[in-house]
Amino acid sequence: MVVSCEQVWREISNYLEGEVNPQLRAAMEAHFRECKHCTAVLDGTKNVVHLYTDDRLVELPAGFSERWQRKLAESMPPPRGTAYGWLIAVAAVALVSGSFALARFNSPASPELRSEHAEPGSGVPPQMMVEVAADGKTFHAPGCKYLHEHDGAGNSARIVTAAEAMREGYVPCVRCLRRYLNGQASLVVPREYREDLDRRIGLNSPGGGL
Amino acid sequence: MPQRMMIAERPPDTSPEAEQALIRRICNGNSSLFAELVKRYERRVYVTALALLRNDADAQDVAQEAILKAFANLRQFRGESRFSTWLIQITVNEARMRQRKQHANLFEAIDESQDEEGDYTPRDFADWREIPSEALERSEIRALLAKALASLAEKYREVFLLRDMDQMSIEETAEALNISIASVKTRLLRARLMLRDILAPALADGWFSRTPFGKGSKPW
Repeated sequence: MVVSCEQVWREISNYLEGEVNPQLRAAMEAHFRECKHCTAVLDGTKNVVHLYTDDRLVELPAGFSERWQRKLAESMPPPRGTAYGWLIAVAAVALVSGSFALARFNSPASPELRSEHAEPGSGVPPQMMVEVAADGKTFHAPGCKYLHEHDGAGNSARIVTAAEAMREGYVPCVRCLRRYLNGQASLVVPREYREDLDRRIGLNSPGGGL
Repeated sequence: MPQRMMIAERPPDTSPEAEQALIRRICNGNSSLFAELVKRYERRVYVTALALLRNDADAQDVAQEAILKAFANLRQFRGESRFSTWLIQITVNEARMRQRKQHANLFEAIDESQDEEGDYTPRDFADWREIPSEALERSEIRALLAKALASLAEKYREVFLLRDMDQMSIEETAEALNISIASVKTRLLRARLMLRDILAPALADGWFSRTPFGKGSKPW
């Protein structure tokens, strides 16, 4: 079997992938021994792939890892079910309720809630990923069983940010996101939890709670 | 206890079975382990976003969004592909959405004129010999390679990125880009040959042909 230069160029990528049959491979190798041009194309193509595979080609920007890990931590709902978790949740609402009351006073009207009986959320991290159903009224921590049992999610469940959910009139689920409901605000917050709390709800950073 | 990012110090077990076990633990409530899982692929996520968007700020944003989205949707990951493939696929989708928002298609219309039909004929037959890996420690070489990649039309850049830089298989690349395996092969051939033609004048006749480098080992 003899192959032309054009055939070699057409198959050179498959040759590098090891995806040509043994007969064609042998013919191409025979061609490379004779043809300086095709050998140059082969060597150059190998070099291209080799250079672009190297990790040194692109340096990770300084602080990139830290930034996404911090955002990820902020998007994670606090652990549920522990006494400590409840204290943090209660503390979050207590600490931010005053400032958010003031913020609401000066801000445009809140979106119309999907349920007239619902209580709007407070202190919800805007970038927290939550789950909503098209016909539901509440937003949930991803995986909350009440989304499916009470909101009839079916295939309509989707993941959005808390900010988007609240803009669409959803309110926090009274089960999995109770910590963000205003009714919790009157409880007293132990002082030692405040620092951790500030970090969790982003009070010390721009664009914190809603 | 406050949630903290837990990064393993010993080399992670990246076998599919170990990753599946790790993902099950994350879905069962060990959310903080997700950072450990993603840390292995953060470079690939960033490089993918950068190669597609050609802009560092957008690439960092999109990489971060892709990681958050992967976490939010982890329960939907069925383990039919590798986690890294799934994560890169999310990154590609996020980058495409960002491009649509920025109306990048206005520019791609010109870019896409690199025709996929017909055979591609190499233009340059200069002999490259071997390019030493150390070349990448030189910033001008990195800049040259980045510029060459950025000059490819998106359809070729995507395929070359996923197959050669992210080292996905042909099949994974086809699945991630929602194109046929035949299209992956055609575009990959063109991308490789076009890059070679773009780089040949500088790399074959430029620095290296005048510099006596020692012989190293080739990957082939």
